[in-house]
Amino acid sequence: MRFRPAGDLAVSVELGQEISVDVNTRVRALEFLIQQKGLTGVVETVPTFSSLLVYYDPRAVGYEALCAAIAELVPQATTGVLPPARTVELPCCYDTELGFDLEAAAGRLELPVDELVRLHAGAEYLVYFIGFTPGLPYMTGMPERINIPRLDTPRTKTPPGSVGIGGIQCCIYSVESPGGFWILGRTPLRLYDADAAEPTLLRPGDRVRFRPITRGEFDAITTTVAARTYRPLIAR
Amino acid sequence: MITISDAGPQTTVQDLGRAGQLRYGIPPSGPVDRFAFVLANRLVGNPDTAAALECTLMGPRFEVGGPLMIAVTGADMALTVNGREAAGWVAIALAAGDVVKLGAARTGVRSYVAFGGGLDVPLVLGSRSTYLRGRLGGMEGRALRKGDVLRVLASGAGRPAARRRVTPRAIPDYGAELTARVVLGPQNDRFTDGGIRTLLGDTYEVLPQSDRMGTRLRGPRIEHARGHDIISDGIAPGSIQVPGDGQPIVLLADRQSTGGYTKVATVCSFDVWRIGQRRPGQTLRFRAVTVAEAHRLLRDADALLETAVREEIA
Repeated sequence: MRFRPAGDLAVSVELGQEISVDVNTRVRALEFLIQQKGLTGVVETVPTFSSLLVYYDPRAVGYEALCAAIAELVPQATTGVLPPARTVELPCCYDTELGFDLEAAAGRLELPVDELVRLHAGAEYLVYFIGFTPGLPYMTGMPERINIPRLDTPRTKTPPGSVGIGGIQCCIYSVESPGGFWILGRTPLRLYDADAAEPTLLRPGDRVRFRPITRGEFDAITTTVAARTYRPLIAR
Repeated sequence: MITISDAGPQTTVQDLGRAGQLRYGIPPSGPVDRFAFVLANRLVGNPDTAAALECTLMGPRFEVGGPLMIAVTGADMALTVNGREAAGWVAIALAAGDVVKLGAARTGVRSYVAFGGGLDVPLVLGSRSTYLRGRLGGMEGRALRKGDVLRVLASGAGRPAARRRVTPRAIPDYGAELTARVVLGPQNDRFTDGGIRTLLGDTYEVLPQSDRMGTRLRGPRIEHARGHDIISDGIAPGSIQVPGDGQPIVLLADRQSTGGYTKVATVCSFDVWRIGQRRPGQTLRFRAVTVAEAHRLLRDADALLETAVREEIA
C-alpha cells in the first residue's frame, strides 16, 4: 500500500502495480468501505486497475489523518465486503462490416473467424473500472488464445458501441473516439446516453457477457434503443 | 429572462460542477476559473453554486427581459451596457431591454457573467454545468447560440441595498508573470532528477490547442526515467500529464477521468484557475510545495475569497 499525493485535493491509494483481478477487487472493496463508513472529508472516489483516487476536502480532514483512516480500512478490503456483482448481457453483432477488424484479427491470431467470435463471446468479462470517456469499461476475461497486440497505428475515429480487443483487454467504445483496439463487432446498446436518467450503462465491478446477434437483430434493437423501450438484461 | 443575440465562440452555462460522476467517466465540468466564478455569484447575492455563464476569448451580447442584477468577472472583455463602457468585478443593476455586450478578451481567457437568482437550466445528475464533449447538462449539452433564451431563477436575496464590488487587491492581474505552485507526484518517481529540475526551473509557453479539458504547454522536454506509460489511474484537477514527447499538459475541469500517461506533479487548486486564464503565447513557471504547505496556502486563498467582496453605501 502506498499513498501518493495528487495535489491539495486528492490522494492516490496504490494497492499494487499490476493489472489483476485480485488487486482490482481490493481497490473496489476499499472504495466500498470508504463510502459505507462515510469517511470524514471524502468527496469522491475513482477506482482504477490498481489504485483508488480519493478526492477530499482539506478543510474537513488533514492529509495525514485521511491516509491513516484509509490505511485502517485496507486490511478489511477484500472481495467479501462487496455486494453481489451484476451481470450485464450485451447483444453484439460480429459481422465484418460492424466488426471491421474481425478478419484481420483472425488472420493475425491464425484462427478461423467463427472460432475467434466463439472464443470472444464465450467468455465472461470483469469491469475493472469505468474511465477515459463517459461509460467506457476497462475489462479483461478473454481466453489467452485471443490476446493480441494493439494496432500499430491507432485509428482516429471509432464508432460508439464498437467492441474491441487489445493485449489482454476488451473494450467497448462509449463515444466516438480514437483507439488502438481491433474491432470485432458492435453492440446496439448505448454505453453512454446523455439524455438518459442514468447516462452510463456499466459500473465498476460488473460482469459482462456478449450475446452474438445477427445484423437483423442489431438493426431491430437499435430501433428499440432509440425509442427508449429496450431494457438491457441485468442479473444480480 | 435573457435573450442571446450573439453567443461568442464558446459561451456555456456552468455551476460549481457535477460531483460523484468521475467513477462513471463523467468529468465534473464547472468553471475553469473558480475564483472569478464564485466572486461573480457573490456580487449578485447568489450562493456559490448558482449557474452563470462562462465566456471564452470573446463574449456574448444579450438583452435582459426585466430588472436584473448581473456581475461580470474574470477576463477583461470590454464590457458595455447599452453601448456604454461598464466596469467588471462590481454588481450592476439592469432594467428591461438593457443590452449587455462583452467583446474580445484584453487580458485573460474566460469571463463569468452571474445573474441575480442564477440561470435556470435543468439539473442533470445534480448539476447545471455543461460538459461539451459529452453533450451533457447546461443548455442542451452545447455552447450557447444566437437566439437562445435563458430563464433566470427568482432571486431569494432580492435587490441588495448596497452595491457590491470586489476589492482591488483581490482582482487578479492575468497579465502578470505566473509561478504556479505544484505538489510533486503522483508519478514523479517516473522522471529523472534532471526532468524534475527542468519542470521546476524552466519556463513553459501556453499553446493555442488548450481548452476546457487541459492547457497544453511547450518548453524544455521533461525527461522520463523509464517510459511514459503507466497502468491507467485517476486524474486529479491540475494534474501535469507528460506523454512521450516530454511536453506537459495541465488537466482542467473537463479532463478525462482516468489516463495512462505519467503525471509528474499536480497544480494546487488555488493556482490551477490562473493557468486556465493564461492566453496562448503567455508563459508560466512551476514551484514545488509540500502537501502541508499547500493546505496552508489554500487557507490563505480561502481567506482572500472571504474578504474579497465589499459593500458600498449607495
